[in-house]
Amino acid sequence: MISALWVMIALSVILGIVLGYAAIRFKIEGNPLVEKIDAVLPQTQCGQCGHPGCKPYAEAIAKGESDINLCPPGGDEGIHKLADLLGVEYKPFGGDAKPKAKAVAFIDEQTCIGCTLCIQACPVDAIVGAAKQMHTIIASECTGCELCLPPCPVDCISMDTIAENINNWKWQHPVIIPVRAVA
Amino acid sequence: MRALHTFHGGVHPSTHKAESTRTPIRQARLPSQLIIPLWQHVGNRSVPIVQVGERVLKGQKIGRPEGKLSSAVHASTSGTVSAIDMQLVAHHSGLPDLCVTLIPDGQDEWITHAGVDVTQTSHAELRHLLRKAGVVGLGGAVFPSDLKTDAHRRQMKTLVINGAECEPYITCDDLLMRERAQDILRGAELLRELLQAEEVLIGIEDNKPEAIAAMQLAVTQAGYRNMEVLCIPTLYPSGGAKQLIRILTGIEVPAGVRSTEMGVQCFNVATAYSAWRALAHGEPVLSRIITVTGNVCEAQNFEVLIGTPLDELIALAGKQADTNRYIMGGPMMGIDLPSGTVSVTKATNCIIASSPKLFPPPAPAMPCIRCIRCADVCPADLQPQDLYWFAKSNNFGKAQEFNLADCIECGACAYVCPSNIPLVQYYRYAKSEIHERSVEKLAADKARERHEYRQFRIEREKTEKAERLAQKERDAAAAKASFEAGLAAAENAQQQSINEAIERAKVQAATTHALNTEALTQEQLAKIAEVDARRAKMRKLAATAGADDEPPKS
Repeated sequence: MISALWVMIALSVILGIVLGYAAIRFKIEGNPLVEKIDAVLPQTQCGQCGHPGCKPYAEAIAKGESDINLCPPGGDEGIHKLADLLGVEYKPFGGDAKPKAKAVAFIDEQTCIGCTLCIQACPVDAIVGAAKQMHTIIASECTGCELCLPPCPVDCISMDTIAENINNWKWQHPVIIPVRAVA
Repeated sequence: MRALHTFHGGVHPSTHKAESTRTPIRQARLPSQLIIPLWQHVGNRSVPIVQVGERVLKGQKIGRPEGKLSSAVHASTSGTVSAIDMQLVAHHSGLPDLCVTLIPDGQDEWITHAGVDVTQTSHAELRHLLRKAGVVGLGGAVFPSDLKTDAHRRQMKTLVINGAECEPYITCDDLLMRERAQDILRGAELLRELLQAEEVLIGIEDNKPEAIAAMQLAVTQAGYRNMEVLCIPTLYPSGGAKQLIRILTGIEVPAGVRSTEMGVQCFNVATAYSAWRALAHGEPVLSRIITVTGNVCEAQNFEVLIGTPLDELIALAGKQADTNRYIMGGPMMGIDLPSGTVSVTKATNCIIASSPKLFPPPAPAMPCIRCIRCADVCPADLQPQDLYWFAKSNNFGKAQEFNLADCIECGACAYVCPSNIPLVQYYRYAKSEIHERSVEKLAADKARERHEYRQFRIEREKTEKAERLAQKERDAAAAKASFEAGLAAAENAQQQSINEAIERAKVQAATTHALNTEALTQEQLAKIAEVDARRAKMRKLAATAGADDEPPKS
């Protein structure tokens, strides 16, 4: 009777030590859910969700402070993915949040005065230039977030929609002509 | 005789090859203009290196390869560049792409060109020459041949030369083998040498007995050892690279693995031919054999300059009035061309003029009844009915799990489908969606990385600035302290020097005495005594007169 008690106590102490050590040794830094949500988000860093970037939005979603339907660049599919990931109901875009066609910023280099304000606004360092020097966009790095538009004092930045070309063209879902029921 | 192997599935569509093999290859007439696309190969588009209005010679390079995976583009004849702009090209999208338009001057004047002695030239140099000559896979895949001949130091066992030509209607390789077997074999030997392969296997379907005979004769005549022409059963798609490798060698190339990793490489007969022409004669790829067939008066094979507009080519074979569209390639895998103005490219092996009678519009698609005839004929051993279901419902992850990427889009499944479902279109749709997502994912990852680095940089700059500021303050405080200390020290030093001066003066005063009172004459002494007496008298007077009065002047 007593020996059984001792065995149980010894076992619980050993297991407690092992578990305690594991909790310290394998401690997870940060919330792993945030990383998963961040991987789904389109990384435009546009702030249209009301957060200063995709990561803060992911953090807000993970904490349950933010809705999943606030990311227009992610599109409808993005909401579906978030809903699947979090096991919540799909929600359509609310209010004026609507996905737009993909675009890249374009600086009219004749008008640009070289104020560097857009460079400071760009979240992905896709604008090259220096004070009193002409600026230009690195189109391949531009996420189309539009954050460079408001700070420009001479309104020389416009958004160019990416037109369909032979490189980005893709096959459409086959259109099936409905078959009339044979009488 | 070597034992042949079989691949899974396959179909037997009616071949329609007899129509275009009655006459030998004919040289196509010089067209009124050549529209030469700068993107005729897998990889990066070539960069134009000519100007509008410039006169170019036949064989002159007009497009420079860009990056590793690219190939050169040449002027097919001599003439003047009239435009470098966007023109409709032979592509599924029906969208325009960058083309060089050339107006031939009729002289067909060659640029200076000469072949090299292939036995004396290094392999690296030969590969470079292939790239410079714009040699790409002419079977239709248009992959740059210089990259395919680099075995990456793998031990190559077999070089497969593909003369199967399994698609209906197409006979360009058939005619090429009949008429130019020797050059094909020289090219094959050259490619074998480049790959350091042990043997060359040439696979030809048994519906081309003339080609087989011509090739076998050429092998015997030239006395190539380790080279064998093999007659394989006619079965679509035995001309697919993986399928032909399977038939000839029994090797099944696994998903996501290149055949070179299994010690096998595969080239089309036309590629072997053009590789030989390019290296031994210095002729870049300027023309190719194209079958013009279908709804035309005289179906036949032409040797056509790259860039010849379709309309002019069809006119040579005699256009029929009821032709409503053109197909580039075969009826199973071909591309519907957007108009007759598009030009032929290195990928064009066949042009089929189509009429509603020849290819009636497809019957409406009916629901899938899961008869799995498609799975029975799939040469890649996939489950087309499942892939169809996943593609239709946009379940791309599942489609990938079912190895959609291994689909070669041969169309055998759609050919046998009793419900007339355009299966290949679904697979292409799913493939392009998957591709787009992977591109977007890469872009998102890059944007995330750049954004995180930017934040890290801003943070770093902030701490560096704070650090600098703190350092500056510390420096200022130290400077002030040292200045004050210096000031005090200077004051001390001054005071000390004053004190020292006083001391010195005292010492001097103590040690020295006036010298002008010594050695006075009697007379002078008397005068001094007189003056002193007068002063004493004056003082006495002054003391009696009052203290405030000024002393009287002497």
